[in-house]
Amino acid sequence: MNTQSTNLFSLSSLLGQRNPLHLTLLVLLVATVVVSLGNILFPEDSILHVSDYTVSLLGKYLCYALLALAVDLVWGYCGILSLGHGAFFTLGGYAMGMYLMRQIGDRGVYGNAELPDFMVFLNWTELPWYWTFSDSPIWMVIMVFLGPGLLAFVFGSLAFRSRVSGVYLSIMTQAMTYALMLAFFRNEMGFGGNNGLTDFKEIFGFSLQSPSTKLGLFIATAVILALAYCLCHFIVNSKMGRVVTAIRDSESRVRFIGYKPEHYKVWIFVVSAMLAGLAGALYVPQVGIINPGEFSPLNSIEMVIWVAVGGRNSLYGAIIGAMIVSYAKTRFTAIMPEAWLFALGGLFVLVTLLLPKGLAGLMTKLKSKKSESNSVEKDPAALRAES
Amino acid sequence: MIEAKAGSPLTETENIVPDTRHGVILYVEDVNLSFDGFKALNNLNLYINDGELRCLIGANGAGKTTLMDVITGKIRPDTGKVNFGQQVDLLKLDETEIARAGIGRKFQKPTVFEELNVFENIELSLKGQKGIWQNLFHKLSGEQLDRIEAILYTIGLINERFYPAGRLSHGQKQWLEIGMLLAADPRVLLVDEPVAGMTGQETERTAELLTSLAGQHSVIVVEHDMAFVRSIARKVSVLHQGTVLAEGSMSEIQSNPDVIKVYLGEEQG
Repeated sequence: MNTQSTNLFSLSSLLGQRNPLHLTLLVLLVATVVVSLGNILFPEDSILHVSDYTVSLLGKYLCYALLALAVDLVWGYCGILSLGHGAFFTLGGYAMGMYLMRQIGDRGVYGNAELPDFMVFLNWTELPWYWTFSDSPIWMVIMVFLGPGLLAFVFGSLAFRSRVSGVYLSIMTQAMTYALMLAFFRNEMGFGGNNGLTDFKEIFGFSLQSPSTKLGLFIATAVILALAYCLCHFIVNSKMGRVVTAIRDSESRVRFIGYKPEHYKVWIFVVSAMLAGLAGALYVPQVGIINPGEFSPLNSIEMVIWVAVGGRNSLYGAIIGAMIVSYAKTRFTAIMPEAWLFALGGLFVLVTLLLPKGLAGLMTKLKSKKSESNSVEKDPAALRAES
Repeated sequence: MIEAKAGSPLTETENIVPDTRHGVILYVEDVNLSFDGFKALNNLNLYINDGELRCLIGANGAGKTTLMDVITGKIRPDTGKVNFGQQVDLLKLDETEIARAGIGRKFQKPTVFEELNVFENIELSLKGQKGIWQNLFHKLSGEQLDRIEAILYTIGLINERFYPAGRLSHGQKQWLEIGMLLAADPRVLLVDEPVAGMTGQETERTAELLTSLAGQHSVIVVEHDMAFVRSIARKVSVLHQGTVLAEGSMSEIQSNPDVIKVYLGEEQG
């Protein structure tokens, strides 16, 4: 087989290896349109009607999908197994929650225009300093990224610079989210203690109770998920992304060819934390509450299982995994809630044993089998170049 | 002259030009290193000339790999001096900075990026462009593509260029790693057991390649395979218990009574 054709090294042949970007975006778009139309156009007794409850539920799943993308970016591509991504998610959620709290104004139980209910209850007379700008939507957006980003930067810099990796790093991330949970449970922290922040009334002036706001939030989440997907796709397909993959394969080798692995790891960790924070911020108005329970280590482990089921090292796999496992959880906990954790654990064991590359890996396998049988006599190198 | 200080900005290390006016590119002087009381390196002195091909031989535990670790910044010696040219103190740079300054290394166990394909392995190893933001928007230039192509031909992996590196045979991985070294275009190449696990023919080709590299690059080869060393070496240093026991041409080494006693003697006996 002569492989020295002129366009041997054209960039398209390099980048053209299986591009699920367009397909994923298309599926996302179609699903969003179908759900939106089903919600608006069809009357409640129609079989095609999508209820407000379902819209909010799907919106929640999309937030989880965004969160799964974030986990996949660090775990699937960089090999950093973070068991603390719930911390970034929850911090983003709190940033949004603080803003929503201030939007309540004097409609709270105590009718205090300045102070949220829980502060009045604690006999506080003025806002803590870190709540000062929380009524500004711009400040809220900044904090959604800055809070998780800063935590990831400080944590990542300390851990990666001292070359902590593997299971030790995972345990540290787990400890980080657990410590935050304990801290946020305290009333003195000024984030509503174990009740968290809730009773939200409106967002950007739109009532959170109205069906159109719920639909709007769902669509916004879908759009943001699509944008985040494009961003992740761009990152992992850039040379930067290949360095990150190389770090996962052999960090010391990367160092010996002149890269600074710890800089790359901190960068990808911060980007991932910000995406997780964004997911949290979209999640809170749709479920109507944020409390320290979201910091629970268990939640962070569940995120990792989403990615494992969907397929690490595949962006669309992470989305599929988050959706499927979350849906299973919704159904399962309705039938027998006490058995869910066993089912989740069992699922993780099964996937690890039978599908190490998850559902996405299974799909790739089936696809390559099909294309192999179509072109048996082709030189494998040429085949890969074309596919 | 450029003097590299600890913590100097990385952009500076890329511009380091070793001062080789005395013909020596690597100075290793009085280096001592012990692990838990075991002297891995013991007053070791070694001078590598610019453009020379040097073989390091010695029994297991003689300190060959440890010496490579010291030169590439993986391990800091307890005492001693390691200079790149006359001016640049390598002990003040870390692994990344040393690599950028122009000292490349091939490991004993072939370490390539298994999930990336052969092409990408070479691409990442190319000289220059190691920053995050610049790599986020980086596109290969025509010149770089030509360079990668030329390297792929040199190492004989042109047909395997889109194979994941993890699927290559052991010998091919060794070659790929040599290709990665070529891409980095370092002044000094440290090559640890390049022909381990290679077939006779592959070994021959490796010998040819390494010999052809000398001149433009300085090459230091650590190898157990005596036939291979005989086929490439002009000058050999024998390491024994962390120190240089003898230095000279292969025939001088073979007739050196000390060497016969501690090293070649073992091999024959």
